[in-house]
Amino acid sequence: MSQLESATDTETTALEPDPGVWEVVGRLDRELVGLAPVKTRVREIASLLVIDRLRRQAGLTSEPPSLHMCFTGSPGTGKTTVALRMAEILHRLGYSRKGHLISVSRDDLVGQYVGHTAPKTREVLKRAMGGVLFIDEAYYLHRPENERDYGQESIEILLQVMENHRDDLVVILAGYKDRMDTFFQSNPGMKSRIAHHLDFPDFTEEELVRIADLMLEQLMYCFSESARQAFGDYLRRRMRQPQFANARSVRNAIDRFRLRQARRLVEMGRPLSREELMVIDAEDILKSRVFEVT
Amino acid sequence: MHLTQGTFSYLPPLTDEEIAAQVRYCLTRGWSLNLEFTDDPHPRNVYWEMWGLPMFDLQDPAAVLHELQRCRQAHPDKYIKLSAFDRSKGRQTTTLSFIVQRPPEEPGFRLDRLEYADRQIKYTIYPYATDEPAGKRYRH
Repeated sequence: MSQLESATDTETTALEPDPGVWEVVGRLDRELVGLAPVKTRVREIASLLVIDRLRRQAGLTSEPPSLHMCFTGSPGTGKTTVALRMAEILHRLGYSRKGHLISVSRDDLVGQYVGHTAPKTREVLKRAMGGVLFIDEAYYLHRPENERDYGQESIEILLQVMENHRDDLVVILAGYKDRMDTFFQSNPGMKSRIAHHLDFPDFTEEELVRIADLMLEQLMYCFSESARQAFGDYLRRRMRQPQFANARSVRNAIDRFRLRQARRLVEMGRPLSREELMVIDAEDILKSRVFEVT
Repeated sequence: MHLTQGTFSYLPPLTDEEIAAQVRYCLTRGWSLNLEFTDDPHPRNVYWEMWGLPMFDLQDPAAVLHELQRCRQAHPDKYIKLSAFDRSKGRQTTTLSFIVQRPPEEPGFRLDRLEYADRQIKYTIYPYATDEPAGKRYRH
């Protein structure tokens, strides 16, 4: 009670959010299409960190929040991109001293023979200290079918560092949702040390079209009106096919459209206007193999 | 006897925060860090044992301090030194090197005089610690 009273007595701590942080969060909101639940969570985490810092300034000591995260979702849903932004947010708020992101997968952590794994994992962890370690497809670390697999050794070192060096590095695990769940079931220690689980939903068709528009804008291209319709059609067909990787597939598709556009322009064999150089036509899209299957 | 050598030899032993600050300086300069240990304190002994590989591509001193802690646990009774290597062209040399751990007790050195022809004398120093074979020194 006395603590409460003294708290009300002192002057209120002005909420002066670091403008840099909200700028990064705002950029995330603007530049990434869709992903509403992810954006909400990122905003929540950023708010938590801002408040935590204010609380510490006000003398309300609290344990530094656990910042290890897990990003689940299909390929191409923006996990790496969000991780990069997260590293920047953590850096702006002083929870990460350098704010760099080291992206690794099983091969970078697990060795090939006895005694090889520990130094290898430690090497990666050392490089990531002061920043964020992003482990893509983390479930490959655990191979249940082989009990002598060195992955387990790597997981143990990882757990130890996640616990003892909480101020030095933030670990983000990423991968498919269902496989991540199985991974956590067999490694309960890992799950309990990860505070934030973010699920990345698949993009809808409209969102993918908007992503394509954004990508084209960055490359200084644009769709013609008929091309946009053709692209919608393309997406509907492509999404039904196996190995559809959301935004990554869109990026690859755009690369192929550019190839076809370039070929079309060269074959015209005449001087080209600026507009012709920019516009991707329906023809460039409809030649895709996706339209061959019925 | 307090053995000194390398950079900062005139200063009292650095604390971990001070070591971290030096490491931070090295990292901003792009130097690679390396830990070495030995139980042979002779000043002309340049062949110290390496603790793991030199640490390349680091961003933060926490990593070096982490390795130093592990080295201290494994060799609590030996000398440990930290050195920084500048790989830039024209330099390519160790730029900084200082002792980060000493054995709890350092017996020091004896001065030996070798008398030879015409009553000339040659001097040499002899570390008392090397009375014991390598690996068994500084055990108390």
